[in-house]
Amino acid sequence: MELRTTNICMKNFKSRLPDVTFYSRESEAACGPRGSVVGFSGSVSEKMLSGLHYPGCPEARLRSLREKLPCREVQAGTLLAIMGEPEQYCYPSIFIYGHRATGKSHVILTLLKELELPHAAVSCVECVSAGLLFEQTLLALFGADSAALLPRLPSLSDFVRVYRQVCAQQPAKQTRYIVLERAELLRDMEANLLPGLLRLQELVDDNVAVILLSEIVWDKFRPNTGCFEPLLLHFPDYTKAELLQILSLDSNPSYTPELYSSYINILLGVFYSVCRDLRELRHLAALNFSKFCEPLEKGEAKEGNTHKLWRNIEPHLKRAMQTVYLREVSSVQWGQQQMDEKEATALRGLSALAHVELPYYSKFLLIAAYLASYNPARTDRRFFVKHHGKMKKTSFLKKHEKTSNHLLGPKPFPLDRLLAIFYSVVDSRVAPTASVFSQISSLVTLQLLTQVGHDDQLDTPKYKCAVSLDFILAISRTVSFDIVRYLYDFI
Amino acid sequence: LSSSKWKRDTIVQRILRERFCHQRLPDRPVGLESQYKHLLELLRRTAVHGESNSVLIVGPRGAGKTMLLRCALRELLELQEVKQNVLQVHLSGLLQTDDRIALKEITRQLHLENVVGDKVFGSFAENLVFLLEALKRGDKSSSRPVFFILEEFDLFAHHKNQTLLYNLLDVSQSAQAPVAVVGLTCRLDVLELLEKRVKSRFSHRQIHLLSCMSFCQYLDAFRSELALPDDFPDSKFSQEWNLNVSELCEEKSVQEILQKHFNSCKDFRSLHLLLLLALTRVSVSNPTLRAVDILEASRMSSADSKANILHGLSVLELCLIIAMKHLNDIYEGEPFNFQMVHNEFKKFIQRKSHSIHNFEKPVVIKAFEHLLQLELIRPVDGGVCKVQREYQLMRLMLDHTQVMEALQRYPQCPTDVKQWAISAFG
Repeated sequence: MELRTTNICMKNFKSRLPDVTFYSRESEAACGPRGSVVGFSGSVSEKMLSGLHYPGCPEARLRSLREKLPCREVQAGTLLAIMGEPEQYCYPSIFIYGHRATGKSHVILTLLKELELPHAAVSCVECVSAGLLFEQTLLALFGADSAALLPRLPSLSDFVRVYRQVCAQQPAKQTRYIVLERAELLRDMEANLLPGLLRLQELVDDNVAVILLSEIVWDKFRPNTGCFEPLLLHFPDYTKAELLQILSLDSNPSYTPELYSSYINILLGVFYSVCRDLRELRHLAALNFSKFCEPLEKGEAKEGNTHKLWRNIEPHLKRAMQTVYLREVSSVQWGQQQMDEKEATALRGLSALAHVELPYYSKFLLIAAYLASYNPARTDRRFFVKHHGKMKKTSFLKKHEKTSNHLLGPKPFPLDRLLAIFYSVVDSRVAPTASVFSQISSLVTLQLLTQVGHDDQLDTPKYKCAVSLDFILAISRTVSFDIVRYLYDFI
Repeated sequence: LSSSKWKRDTIVQRILRERFCHQRLPDRPVGLESQYKHLLELLRRTAVHGESNSVLIVGPRGAGKTMLLRCALRELLELQEVKQNVLQVHLSGLLQTDDRIALKEITRQLHLENVVGDKVFGSFAENLVFLLEALKRGDKSSSRPVFFILEEFDLFAHHKNQTLLYNLLDVSQSAQAPVAVVGLTCRLDVLELLEKRVKSRFSHRQIHLLSCMSFCQYLDAFRSELALPDDFPDSKFSQEWNLNVSELCEEKSVQEILQKHFNSCKDFRSLHLLLLLALTRVSVSNPTLRAVDILEASRMSSADSKANILHGLSVLELCLIIAMKHLNDIYEGEPFNFQMVHNEFKKFIQRKSHSIHNFEKPVVIKAFEHLLQLELIRPVDGGVCKVQREYQLMRLMLDHTQVMEALQRYPQCPTDVKQWAISAFG
């Protein structure tokens, strides 16, 4: 088994994590000196088979397990040690936490499947009610007949009763595991569900262990009067080297692994400081690889010419960060755009409101709304009245940066103020016809303005402007209006 | 030879895991002699002499309330007459969330479903009296004694009208049938939760399990919890093991670790957790416990979760957290919104940073939302307002020292980010 690649990553770990002894049952020679971390220290003799320890498990299966769990051997070993042998008791509840895509579900479910331990894997996202959770658990552990014993709208009491009933007929010879993913959603279900599940071993008097997986730390789960504290296990995030190792496993067989590794290096160089989620990075790697290989296919560059390949792919990745990463365009659109020779066509993003075409007066209404929201009312005279005369400087002093309206958010304004500003901003004379008012309503429907206050207030409806500065600058440019001159915060 | 070593290791693990994971009852409760005697006496009076009683066992989580009760029941059931006569009903506040469910459970545990059949009762009291009548022995002179054990007693006090509690305690006061109502709860103020009529029927007998263990007793507990019993098949090994455990107790490093645990939490449950984590490191190649095992177990059990999560954030997210920390420092903890954080971040990028790229606003919003999903920041008003998401007010759920410590441990943190965090005025 290759120890070389793991050594680099494991050196980072050794200082932080407990020493776990790994060895295989077959070879007695595998027992290293007392306390050594076999399989991770540099001076491991070739005779030692490093694998995960599990009694009664053939070596080949342990090896395949190790291959399926790259860079997570330490956590898998700790979990196996806590789980113990199937006939023994395991701690009643274990809470595994860590960032997204750090392998929590993958490790525990792979272990349970490969070692063929009885388990029920339930995702709390699917369980809108507690009854679905109970049904799925009983189904997985005991079969459809026991799940049918549950009444309609079962409570935790019914679940425990049915479990005890079925368990009396099928007593546990091995520890049963109930794995609950996205466990943070349990907090929003009935209040007794989480404390009850943590103590399930005691309540049903059976060899069962509940494993909770979540992104959120345990401190935010604890109920008010306390509960049975589970064993907390942390799955650390992958280091950059480990991400490289795992992402390189996806390599395309038609190119050399070194080429793929250099591609992943470039990808990580662009995205690592923004995102460390393994799933996102895999998705981005898969989407952009064909573009990376374009020069190779066209014959413009050789595999060794990394500089040219880098120059080709880097702007593309930067553009990916603004579009695909933000899910502004779908991966299909992105793929099509890569096929397209002309790169000048800008991608239509989802939230690119700049593509919204508004009529002429609507644009000015929107500009007026923005000015009404972000300028304090007392400054209107200075901006919009043609001959305002001298204004005292003190009343106009620039306030502290903190209270800049652009940081605090838009303020509501009455309709009259909007119209007053509108008439002063529009260069031609406009009659207050119904079409102007209906344009205001359509702006509200487009969610460019929001209506504040009660729907019943027909006399003086109040509005707020809901667009960003970039958007309004783009709009004002199209009507040749210099809005910055009229904004209080930018004097 | 190797297979015998494996078998021995298996037996050690089995015995100790039953103790730590399954909460196997000890032979006698440790350090709770007077409480044990009191409870035993009370239950015996109900079981043997037919006297009705009610008692509350009060103590913090993990203090040993259930353990105490089960030891008392175990000793009592050794008497033949008690074993034949006494019925037990175990209810839990977590399971029986309603009085109706509780009544069904009582019926089921007394095996009276057939007797009740399809009868409809006018009230809870009628139902309960019927059940107790049905327990009368053949000559109809006296009823069998019943123990009602209510775990999470404080949750029963939240039921409507506290009907179950009222009726049970009413039965215990009247001379209808000998019942013992034993409540276990972690709330010290449980009596405040009871209604006046319920409280007046309660005998106000409370057994408190407030641990007053000294550190020497804690060390003794550590030794006895790890000790292998006398009936272990390989007596030589068990003697070596017990000797090793005693030697561990004398070691200074182990004593320091145990002192730290003793200072934060004295109860047996947390001790069991620590011992289990140490036990997971015992195996055939490492057959006895060492001080380093205890050290690693302690480190695992007292790891700071939030610091672990902060370790895995991307650089952009870390910069946002530092920006929020600065806002908290300058404006003394007032809530902030995304625009303010972005403003701080932009100031950093323009003035002080060389290594951080000027990311687009939507990318920064995505990082901000990731922090929101991790619950490191929370909206002030529960987030139901019709406010644009950039202007929604939030609070940071970390404090100054946590952020600075996380920064120390952050892998390959860019130096300009570190400088920015340390500088006083952002």
